[in-house]
Amino acid sequence: MSILVIAEHDNAEIKGATLNTVAAAKAIGGDIHILVAGAECGAAAEAAARIDGVAKVLVADNAGYEHQLAENVAKLVADLGGDYSHILAPATTTGKNMLPRVAALLDVQPISDILAVESADTFKRPIYAGNVIATVQSSDTTKVITVRTTAFDAAVAEGGSAAVETVDIAEDAGVSSFVGEELAVSDRPELTSAKVVISGGRGMQNGDNFEMLYKLADKLGAAVGASRAAVDAGFVPNDMQVGQTGKIVAPDLYIAVGISGAIQHLAGMKDSKVIVAINKDEEAPIFSVADYGLVADLFDAVPELETKL
Amino acid sequence: MKVLVAVKRVVDFNVKVRPKADGSDVDTANVKMSINPFCEIAVEEAVRLKEKGVVSEIVAVSMGPKQCQEQIRTALALGADRGILVETDAELQPLAVAKCLKAIADKEEPQLVILGKQSIDGDNNQTGQMLGALTGMGQGTFASEVVVEDGSVKVTREVDGGLQTVSLKLPAIVTTDLRLNEPRYASLPNIMKAKKKPLDTTSPEELGVDVTPRTTTLKVEPPAERQAGVKVASVDELLEKLKNEAKVIQ
Ligand SMILES: Cc1cc2nc3c(=O)[nH]c(=O)nc-3n(C[C@H](O)[C@H](O)[C@H](O)COP(=O)(O)OP(=O)(O)OC[C@H]3O[C@@H](n4cnc5c(N)ncnc54)[C@H](O)[C@@H]3O)c2cc1C
Ligand SMILES: Cc1cc2nc3c(=O)[nH]c(=O)nc-3n(C[C@H](O)[C@H](O)[C@H](O)COP(=O)(O)OP(=O)(O)OC[C@H]3O[C@@H](n4cnc5c(N)ncnc54)[C@H](O)[C@@H]3O)c2cc1C
Repeated sequence: MSILVIAEHDNAEIKGATLNTVAAAKAIGGDIHILVAGAECGAAAEAAARIDGVAKVLVADNAGYEHQLAENVAKLVADLGGDYSHILAPATTTGKNMLPRVAALLDVQPISDILAVESADTFKRPIYAGNVIATVQSSDTTKVITVRTTAFDAAVAEGGSAAVETVDIAEDAGVSSFVGEELAVSDRPELTSAKVVISGGRGMQNGDNFEMLYKLADKLGAAVGASRAAVDAGFVPNDMQVGQTGKIVAPDLYIAVGISGAIQHLAGMKDSKVIVAINKDEEAPIFSVADYGLVADLFDAVPELETKL
Repeated sequence: MKVLVAVKRVVDFNVKVRPKADGSDVDTANVKMSINPFCEIAVEEAVRLKEKGVVSEIVAVSMGPKQCQEQIRTALALGADRGILVETDAELQPLAVAKCLKAIADKEEPQLVILGKQSIDGDNNQTGQMLGALTGMGQGTFASEVVVEDGSVKVTREVDGGLQTVSLKLPAIVTTDLRLNEPRYASLPNIMKAKKKPLDTTSPEELGVDVTPRTTTLKVEPPAERQAGVKVASVDELLEKLKNEAKVIQ
């Protein structure tokens, strides 16, 4: 068996999600190859070659792959992928955008967001906002899979010395182009890999009040997230949404502030090791998953917590 | 121009589903069914484009059992012009759904196909992207803004790092994210009018699509339940527990 892992990277560096995906590939077992498709992505390819357990790195360096446009990259992956037993990508927005397109090109029914590998063709994945875990078996020759990164401990980033091979395929579907992007800049850790996450909900009342959470986050080295209600209300940008239809997080410590605990929110954080909830309503459903619940007005509790840390 | 909108019948988002006792399937007997929330956003977007004069006709398509007519009627009440039901009692996986939609797109020749980014039952987040591959159309997934221009569509996408904007040649595919719009409620007169709008029925066989499942669900089970913990009385007690019991802060 040989497994093709699609690297998540920004042309210069390999993103952490790639390491979790390599870990899932190891759990399946077989020769692991990594594809780095990008533009001027040599540095990312070298980094990929150092990941422990990787046998080969394929680099497709072409302007058409710079922004990971699914139309172009999916064609490339389908060109390369047919002979592999498995094609894996992280279940990030990039992976979720591209991999189903690869699968349909190969006439394969993909398996999204796996939590565990049972065998080479059988996997566990969450459905219904994580209220149900399904064990699914694939009968396709090539398995096309996205991996829930929080469910697999990262592979070691250093120590490997895989061969790097250039792939000379320039796919341009000619139907899409990149216009621009607005990326959030933050000195805080990334939400999906942070050890501590503090999230605010509708109870925060406005965007300015999130300042309290940022201050607390800086003391704890934490990332800051939010509920859908807080994003919809415009308190904070969409990339902060945690939940069924936002980001999945599983930090050592998750602090939910002014969040009621709807199932769609729980779906994104209930695998956290320790959950703290601060809510003034003692009946709030968030308390049913919280290890430590504090019934209090957040406008008193959060500043007090911050000063006492 | 014509828009095709996919609407899926799903268990209502307020229902907490559970596996059946024998673990063979999810227990969906007698639960409330609704239009998938992301599909509702898709219908709303199409209707807004029609109100702006960009779109002339909206066709709502659903695949599944006869009861999917209810969700098509909902779409018609929200402003779609006609419906197509691809009726089948077979289990439909996203690849099969995408193949049915491709067959319909070949006939209807829409300039835009709008789908939800994900359905809240299967949580697959696949169908729109797969339709893209099968039709060769560009895809603007997880859309928070859609602007139709001359011969192309500009789609702003919610991505992990923030927002990304792409331009796609028409015809193109859009899948909706939560911030694209806030769907309206159907008014009673519109619900009445929707009953008279045309709704055609076809089948995967008629469309020439083989829907044989590629994956088998071996079992379903509840996730590991979290035990509710304790309530702490003060910030001091919380800090004490986090330091000494949970040992997650110093
Ligand atoms: C298709 C779909 C997808 C969804 N996806 C997601 C998702 O990915 N993520 C997500 O989070 N949600 C999602 N939702 C929304 C979800 O159902 C809830 O509506 C949302 O999570 C509620 O956010 P909230 O807890 O911040 O707000 P609310 O439910 O309004 O709760 C606010 C809480 O703050 C408390 N509070 C208020 N003031 C104070 C105060 N001064 N001090 C302390 N506590 C206070 C209140 O007691 C209350 O419990 C989705 C919904 C649908 C239909
Ligand atoms: C244990 C189990 C058993 C199941 N058994 C059955 C069964 O017997 N019969 C059955 O029909 N399903 C069954 N399903 C559900 C089915 O497998 C999934 O819902 C299906 O794979 C579609 O995936 P999705 O909706 O998550 O796709 P996604 O890719 O998440 O859907 C995205 C979008 O595609 C469009 N779309 C998807 N499906 C349709 C559709 N049917 N009609 C119109 N638009 C659509 C919608 O716009 C939707 O928002 C079962 C699921 C499980 C977990």
